[in-house]
Amino acid sequence: MRISGGVGRRAVLAGAGALAAAVGFPGIVRAQSKSLKVGVYGGYFKDSFDKHVFPEFTKATGIAVESVAEPTGEAWLVQLEQAARARQAPADVSMMSQVAILKGMAADLWAPFDLAKLPNAAKVKPHLINKYPDGRVAGVGAVSWYITLVTNTKAYPQAPASWAALWDPANKDKLGLLALVSNSFLLEVTAATFFGGTKHLDTEQGQLDCFKKLAELKSNVKLWYRDEAQFEAALKSGEIPMGQYYHDVTGLAAADGHPVRSTFPKEGGITDSGSWAVTKASKAGDLAHVFVDYMCQPSIQALLSRKVGTAPTIDRAATDLTDKEFASVSSDLAPIIPRYDLYQSKSDWLNQKWTEMIVG
Amino acid sequence: MIRRAPRSLAEHAPILFPALMLIVFFVIPFSLMIAVSVARRVPGGFYEPDFVFANYERFLTAFFGGVLAFSLELAGLVAVLAVGVAFPFTYRLARLPRAAQVRWLVFLLSILSLSEVIIGFAWSTLLSRTAGITNLFVALGLMAEAQSLTPSFGALLAGMVYQAFPYTVLVLYPALARLDPSLVEAARTLGSSPVRAFFTVVVPALRSTIVATLIMAFVFALGSYLLPQLLGRPQHWTLSVLITDQAIYQSNMPFAAAMAVFLVLVSLALVALALLAGRRKEEA
Repeated sequence: MRISGGVGRRAVLAGAGALAAAVGFPGIVRAQSKSLKVGVYGGYFKDSFDKHVFPEFTKATGIAVESVAEPTGEAWLVQLEQAARARQAPADVSMMSQVAILKGMAADLWAPFDLAKLPNAAKVKPHLINKYPDGRVAGVGAVSWYITLVTNTKAYPQAPASWAALWDPANKDKLGLLALVSNSFLLEVTAATFFGGTKHLDTEQGQLDCFKKLAELKSNVKLWYRDEAQFEAALKSGEIPMGQYYHDVTGLAAADGHPVRSTFPKEGGITDSGSWAVTKASKAGDLAHVFVDYMCQPSIQALLSRKVGTAPTIDRAATDLTDKEFASVSSDLAPIIPRYDLYQSKSDWLNQKWTEMIVG
Repeated sequence: MIRRAPRSLAEHAPILFPALMLIVFFVIPFSLMIAVSVARRVPGGFYEPDFVFANYERFLTAFFGGVLAFSLELAGLVAVLAVGVAFPFTYRLARLPRAAQVRWLVFLLSILSLSEVIIGFAWSTLLSRTAGITNLFVALGLMAEAQSLTPSFGALLAGMVYQAFPYTVLVLYPALARLDPSLVEAARTLGSSPVRAFFTVVVPALRSTIVATLIMAFVFALGSYLLPQLLGRPQHWTLSVLITDQAIYQSNMPFAAAMAVFLVLVSLALVALALLAGRRKEEA
């Protein structure tokens, strides 16, 4: 679901180019016997992986990585699905958002992992292992990240303590929030802040309660953004001084001297994550297992935290991250975990209600 | 020139190329879209080939009706404003010395090279509180303090008219450049003011050009989906924005296709109406 907005177009073009190369010249790609195509979100993510992670992997295993820039949203899922129908794999392994993993599972798109070949995956937190209803493993947690409450430090000398700040009438026309129900996770935030937890979303009545409560903050919102770059620029300049944003990128911006801060509210930050998944059209299943197992190692999870800014998908104690390093990518507060199940079982209904709520 | 109707295959050949282009770039894509629009949505997944009208049924609600009406009104307003500004501009432009005309046209062409993204970001910066034009007004003493003018309907309208303007000028230019100057001179000799000559001679003489340009600007504005997101509030999101949401973010291709088919049909109907109205008037 995420991408560094400013380079989105370029990433898409790069992805399209890689796709054309993969489809057009399968012989050449296959000719390198130990080569694996790995899809990661284009832009900031891919750059960091190319620079710090993939070369280490090649050094350790002798498997060359050809990285593919994934476009934003679920466009990549649609492309993988279409390509799989033609028995093509634009990438062997892809980092997919949780909603995309679930949708791919519904179409039986993912080749199952053999956990016996992934000894390091045993350390991955259980909720980050995606399983088909019959128990086959479709995805393994790759990286986690947090969406938190962010503020411009000049406009807000005092950091807000709770997500309830989004509803404060004093913040009229000051917020930037993500524009989609399935990537803003604001229903979960509402349930956690006002209705005692995301369990409240179990029933349709509970979901309607949250929509009703959410409608109350509409007048505070200046920007419902799909493009991350747009909000990031406005947050730095103070044009839109408060909102929800990615903890890692906000930290990097603050380190660069911009007057921004990311706060884990007392209800917790929203945790979201990407999982590795292998399309069933891939013929490099064995190499993919080597890759995913490598990525689950504590030392690599720590490397990702330091270089890419993501939170580990394994227990923090297993890594050698210092308190300071861990705090820069995560928090010990219990997070708000998105109700991914809803975005599969009721996606169209939620999307319709959401659009009517913000547009109406 | 062959005056009689073409008979052999060779004589029909010149029409093959445009026909082929029409098939490749319009008939095939549009047929595919129609085929997808009646496919069956698999909730939480993709879609399967079928023949159902559920996607159209979902569209036929007051909510989408409102969004469609807004999109059409916005596109209409943009077309009228763009032509309203571009027509007098092009009229003056066509009467400038050759060298000046070339400079203006090159400048306008260079605006065309800007992508919608750049135009959107440029306008949102220009209209922002922190770096925008109101700071200039404050410095000049016209305003007490800088304020944000975006996102708003005005900002969206400004951005879209800006984007449509160069196209409009380039379409109007050939007709205005060819306009016989003696028509205006005759009107002036008979005692009409320049403004009156413009409205009673130039505008009616080019009515069909103006209608064609309006239609082009309208269709062009109808497809805009980035500017409404960058410069408008959610209530200013056009149907194109919602189509993008469905296609890219919800992977609901059938519904996106149904909305797109609807949008194409409605705009074709409106264009046909405009042409029909134009013809009636000419006959009268």
